[in-house]
Amino acid sequence: MGSQATRSGVGTPATRVFGVIATLALGWVVVGGIFVTPPDVVQGESVRIMYVHVPTAWVSYLAFIVTAVASAGYLFGRRHSLGFDRVAGAAAQVGVSFMALTLISGSLWGRLTWGTFWEWDPRLTTTAFLFVTYLGYLAVRGLDGTPAQRAKRSAIVALLAVFEIPLVHFSVVLWRSLHQEASVLSTDGDIKMDDLMLFTLLVGVVGFTALFMWLVSHRQRVMALRDIVESRRIDVAMAERVAEGTPL
Amino acid sequence: MKDVGFIALTYVITFGVVGALVATTLVAGRRLSDHVADEDKPWT
Repeated sequence: MGSQATRSGVGTPATRVFGVIATLALGWVVVGGIFVTPPDVVQGESVRIMYVHVPTAWVSYLAFIVTAVASAGYLFGRRHSLGFDRVAGAAAQVGVSFMALTLISGSLWGRLTWGTFWEWDPRLTTTAFLFVTYLGYLAVRGLDGTPAQRAKRSAIVALLAVFEIPLVHFSVVLWRSLHQEASVLSTDGDIKMDDLMLFTLLVGVVGFTALFMWLVSHRQRVMALRDIVESRRIDVAMAERVAEGTPL
Repeated sequence: MKDVGFIALTYVITFGVVGALVATTLVAGRRLSDHVADEDKPWT
């Protein structure tokens, strides 16, 4: 129980690999994105925001899909393992953080290219709705109840919420939108970007994805530790009440 | 030059939030793992 008998932290060799990949790739995003890549012929210098905006948007989609898959694993798995629930919760926490970053960076980019921080445009509106939905998911996770109750109700919310992602992604195609269509691939499948810009964007996607893996791996273990500590605290409190002769 | 401020602000906010997420995760992991024996940590 003492600190001498335990290993500090929740890292493993695998998470260290994710950490190294993320550090190297995101280091390049800062250096390459700000100082090395050329300005865009249409958007000028403001295109540098793309190297963080697009990867954070990608990771938030990925996070919400992982939340849904892990929730399905909990709900439909034979053992109803709380490990799935923790992965779902950790992925949603990271996804909400990255979606907030996507909205902020998009807003700053929008100010430069459209002249406004916010427009009730289909892509922006659906993205904001997705963000609020997953804030609601995290609120549901915070409700009182046993870990199994928490896991079941939040899994149902996650499986419903994930259907918003295609709506957000295809909003620029389904409706008239200020937001540009896909940044890398045109509708006919051609890549329409300078090589160094494309390289930096892809390194950003790899880096933020590795960071996501690192964060989810660590945070789901932190959740497991918190559940153990909380369970022990309840056991101790119940034992004390029994010793005092107080009815439970 | 207005672009420079917006671009810098984007990177500062993004990597500031990322740094905060990483730091809080590491601190919480270290704090809680000291209270739990290794046999209760399947990843060790």
